[in-house]
Amino acid sequence: MSDITIGTEIPALELAPISRTTLALFAGASGDHNPIHIDIDFAKKAGMPDVFAHGMLSMAYLGRMLTDWQPQSRLRKFSNRFATITQLQDVITCSGKVVEVVERDGETLARCEIQAVKATGEQTLVGEALVAVS
Amino acid sequence: MLDRSHIGHKFNAHSVEVEKGRLRFFAKAIGETNPIYSDEQAAKKAGYRSIPVPPTFPFSIDLESPEFLPVLTLLKMDIGRILHGSQDFEYFDTICAGDVITCQTEIKDMFDKKGGALEFVVLETAYTNQDGETVVKTSQSLVYRN
Repeated sequence: MSDITIGTEIPALELAPISRTTLALFAGASGDHNPIHIDIDFAKKAGMPDVFAHGMLSMAYLGRMLTDWQPQSRLRKFSNRFATITQLQDVITCSGKVVEVVERDGETLARCEIQAVKATGEQTLVGEALVAVS
Repeated sequence: MLDRSHIGHKFNAHSVEVEKGRLRFFAKAIGETNPIYSDEQAAKKAGYRSIPVPPTFPFSIDLESPEFLPVLTLLKMDIGRILHGSQDFEYFDTICAGDVITCQTEIKDMFDKKGGALEFVVLETAYTNQDGETVVKTSQSLVYRN
């Protein structure tokens, strides 16, 4: 049995500032080769001031936070919407907390609200995770 | 306006063998230092068959289709105008290195907001392993800036 209850906070994860190198590595490793994240000429032609971070990079950071907290084999659902674009040099912090404990299919699940925010406090990703706790 | 007659369209399925080297590269790119995501022995000690794919990696398996983002061609979308609106994963089992995963994607819905300034395309993907078991399902929305 676990001591996870409503209000339990998931240990936060603060990331290094987003760099062009981070985006280049993530493009290759994730297979997301959309040039808007790695090619400033392309980004400008598309009307953006510069390249910007892949939404899925921040979602991977949220995933790190979740699996740092509980083993991945307990993760049942993981979802978010991408609220704001993450720009170069943004410092992202991931956090979350348990908002409900529910029974489903013989399992006790913690429903967690999760988010990624910029140093300004602006939310970039807002979502939720369902994690088995027993 | 994107052609909504494509709602219900199923893309060609494609299969991908999940590779350990690729998972190590992915772990490095996201700053993941837990050894189970890069070292097979550590993964086995933790109870996994091999290195597990991190929670968001199924998205990358789907991107391995022969054509990058085939939805762009079908709907005649300009890649410079798409944004990722939302992403959902549902897990039934953990995918590990060595698994052969088949992805099948369908256009589930299309709609617009802000008087057509933004159009949304909802894609659902089922991930099936080499034993025919559905291990992950995803839903994502793409936002198109008109």
